[in-house]
Amino acid sequence: MRLFLFIFKRDILLAIRRRRELANPLVFFIMVVSMFPLGVTPDHAFLAELAAGVIWVTALLAALMSMDNMFRSDYDDGSLEQLLLMPGSKVVLIAAKIAAHWFSIGLPLVIIAPLMSFLLFLPTQALPSLIITLLISTPILSLLGAVGVALTLSLRGGGVLSSLLTLPFYIPVLIFSTMAINAAAVNQPVSGYYALLAAFLIVSILLVPFAVVAALRVSYS
Amino acid sequence: MFTFLHKFASPQYFYAWSASWQKWSSILAVLLMSVGLYYSLLNSPADYQQGETVRIMYVHVPAAWLSMFGYMVMASAAIVTLIWRIKVAEIMIGQCAVIGASFTALALITGMLWGKPMWGAYWVWDARLTSELVLLFLYFGVIALSGAFDDERAGARAAAILTVVGIVNIPIIHYSVEWWNTLHQGPTVSKFDSPSAHPSMLIPLLIMALAFKAYFFALLFKRARAELLLRERNTSWVKALLKDTE
Repeated sequence: MRLFLFIFKRDILLAIRRRRELANPLVFFIMVVSMFPLGVTPDHAFLAELAAGVIWVTALLAALMSMDNMFRSDYDDGSLEQLLLMPGSKVVLIAAKIAAHWFSIGLPLVIIAPLMSFLLFLPTQALPSLIITLLISTPILSLLGAVGVALTLSLRGGGVLSSLLTLPFYIPVLIFSTMAINAAAVNQPVSGYYALLAAFLIVSILLVPFAVVAALRVSYS
Repeated sequence: MFTFLHKFASPQYFYAWSASWQKWSSILAVLLMSVGLYYSLLNSPADYQQGETVRIMYVHVPAAWLSMFGYMVMASAAIVTLIWRIKVAEIMIGQCAVIGASFTALALITGMLWGKPMWGAYWVWDARLTSELVLLFLYFGVIALSGAFDDERAGARAAAILTVVGIVNIPIIHYSVEWWNTLHQGPTVSKFDSPSAHPSMLIPLLIMALAFKAYFFALLFKRARAELLLRERNTSWVKALLKDTE
């Protein structure tokens, strides 16, 4: 636990020191969402129908874009290797790094999402479910993204490859989340979708750190 | 037992014993394929609704089965790679991915050709089609990752981890897509107590499925042996082998 807190604080501190970098995914998120009315149609009803999917796909891309930050700079300056050599559980260490990444990238996305929903005229009764699905699912995005990043860490141009590896795994998250939002928009029960997403989150928390540790070993071999 | 296994799976021994496996699976594939093709194309009834187009099924369904079977073989090789680091298993991962991706693509293409006369469109966003497409993406990921490393062994282990992560995720992806949208007909063969396919169609289909499986292994052994020679080109046994054949 102490190790977890130590790494978590360290990564948050590093993220705050580089806050301009931190803002990039958010700006990307806003810009891409605002491209859709320009590219498709400014029609109110049509956009409302599209809103859940557009916001979610864009959030996925924004999260993917930021994944590389998770280990890249620590890998480049060698501190990741030193951290892995520390005594203590490597799984906890990785879990802390992923948690810090979610805190600095995923959470801001959740906070800014309501604004996006106004831009796309998402029905107001669907807004809570947008926030809840993002809150449950953005940690999943960080977790699954960590596997892809860890696998491609030692490669040149690993960023693009890691997105290719990660995107298929995001499909269930995308499906359940948008189904939940669309159900909420027509006042149907949504708790089942939340339960599925939460189950997916729990399984990911339990399994992913081990996979990431194994992947980092490959990158350092 | 493990020393035996290690010997059995050492590149040199694998190269020796896989020669006959490759030969027999090739022969089996040719035999079954000719029988299966005769029954499925000439000596089986046309469907009363779908007419002659139903014959696409005899290629489509075995290819689709094989696309999943290939992933399972790949996953087994991946687990062996991660636990015992056996070189032959490492090679199998990359080769399975290439063959599996080809069969997945074949299943998708034949499915599209079958979908046009039946559903009126080459592509619909149906659960099974989408799952198959996602499977193709997963195969592409494994192929891309295993080829991206300068060190082939590191590439194989990275691909193995990705494959194992995939095997956990595939059921989740499959069911999520299933709930999302379904138009494809349900499974007609796996209900063995009361199969909804008539024996006159079921038997040719099963023969074709076996033929495809044999073909899969023939391909796998052939590709694995070639890749093995390439990777082990600097070892003494390959040099000795080449000297013998000269």
